[in-house]
Amino acid sequence: MLRLAINGIGKSYEGKEVLKDCTFEFTSGVYALMGPNGSGKSTLLRVCALLDKPDRGEVKYRDVDTPVADDISLRRRVTLVLPHTGIFNASVFDNAAYGLKVRGLSRAETAVRVREALSAVGLLDKADQNALTVSSGESKRLAIARAMVIEPDVLFLDEPTASVDEENTEIIERTILEMKERGAPLVIMSTHEREQAQRLADTIVMMKKGRLVTDGR
Amino acid sequence: MGTLLESFHRAFGLIIGLNAELVAIVLRSFAISGTALAVASLIGIPTGAVLGLKRFPLRGIVISTLNAFMGLPPVVAGLFIYILLSRSGPLGFMSLLYSPTAMIIVQTILAYPIVAALSHSAVLGVGPDIRLAARTLGATRAQAAAAVVREARYGILSAVIAGLGRVMAEVGAILIVGGNIAGYTRVMTTAIALETDKGDFSLALALGIVLLSISIAINVALHMVQRKGARGNA
Repeated sequence: MLRLAINGIGKSYEGKEVLKDCTFEFTSGVYALMGPNGSGKSTLLRVCALLDKPDRGEVKYRDVDTPVADDISLRRRVTLVLPHTGIFNASVFDNAAYGLKVRGLSRAETAVRVREALSAVGLLDKADQNALTVSSGESKRLAIARAMVIEPDVLFLDEPTASVDEENTEIIERTILEMKERGAPLVIMSTHEREQAQRLADTIVMMKKGRLVTDGR
Repeated sequence: MGTLLESFHRAFGLIIGLNAELVAIVLRSFAISGTALAVASLIGIPTGAVLGLKRFPLRGIVISTLNAFMGLPPVVAGLFIYILLSRSGPLGFMSLLYSPTAMIIVQTILAYPIVAALSHSAVLGVGPDIRLAARTLGATRAQAAAAVVREARYGILSAVIAGLGRVMAEVGAILIVGGNIAGYTRVMTTAIALETDKGDFSLALALGIVLLSISIAINVALHMVQRKGARGNA
């Protein structure tokens, strides 16, 4: 099981400081990252998910107590579901299977895992449909299934229910809770909704103007 | 009017009867243009992909040059290759002038900028979310780039079809470097020009009908590819 520690993270875009000296340790369970727009939540998630390099500080993953090198094998143990999901112009099944395809898994194993994940998010009946024709809520669910299928040690969710209707929000929340009940993986999600954070998270972490302020629940 | 109708009648007779000379010219056209298009695609698609995916010095100049060369006058390309391949030219020792190879070279030069520039546009048209999503799902940089190119597949196919349209309809450059030698470098467009000069419209019209049919087929294919490539129709 991976643990994540960030130490003194700083990041600027075009001269504007977006993250300021962020230090925290994410150990297990579900963390909700809250804060107003522009507080740096998405940037922090991208830095933690190894998509962006911080200007200052370090992102350290540890497996039990062993430091893990920042390479493709580590990148394949963490994943981030983006607010704009980046769904491919392919079937729902092929979208969900992508992460396994790049890892070179067999077709048989891929089919089993993809069907399981699609079933979990209620999209199994749309497996053969083109993913660009599903609704925006279903698209979010597909993005979560696409992440679940690779069984990551750390799952980052950037506003997973933003612009999603009530029904789809319920399915997404249920999926997160089921993952939590199974005890895996470490989930770090950003959200604007305090009630949602309280329903899903073990720990709420507040962000203000690029700084982390723990709430501690 | 009577002569024209008679010529049309004979032309259809040549097509329906699969006239040996007509069939040979059509097949030669496909062989030369097909090879040129294959070579142009082999180098043009990767060029377009690299230009769309990578940022490097002089990239803007390369893109502008490709865009400018999309409108390269064929006779200018033909003249340039003629000078290179002529006996006194720097590549004269290769004895390629008035050969199908010379025609393939010049058609490749004409098709390459079209395939490369339109492939570049297609790759550029794929949103940054696709590459990012691929990376978040564990793709290496190369796999993420391949995902973007795959997303652009219909645009790239359109680029190849546009290149095919360019080479199939081309006459000036291949006439200069191929010499329109019967049974060797004579293709549809050069044969039409020659037969028209001779006043023998039957074969010219028959080839014209075949060429027009190919042109319509290319445009129908392009339309179908573009429709299929529209979001959600794949």
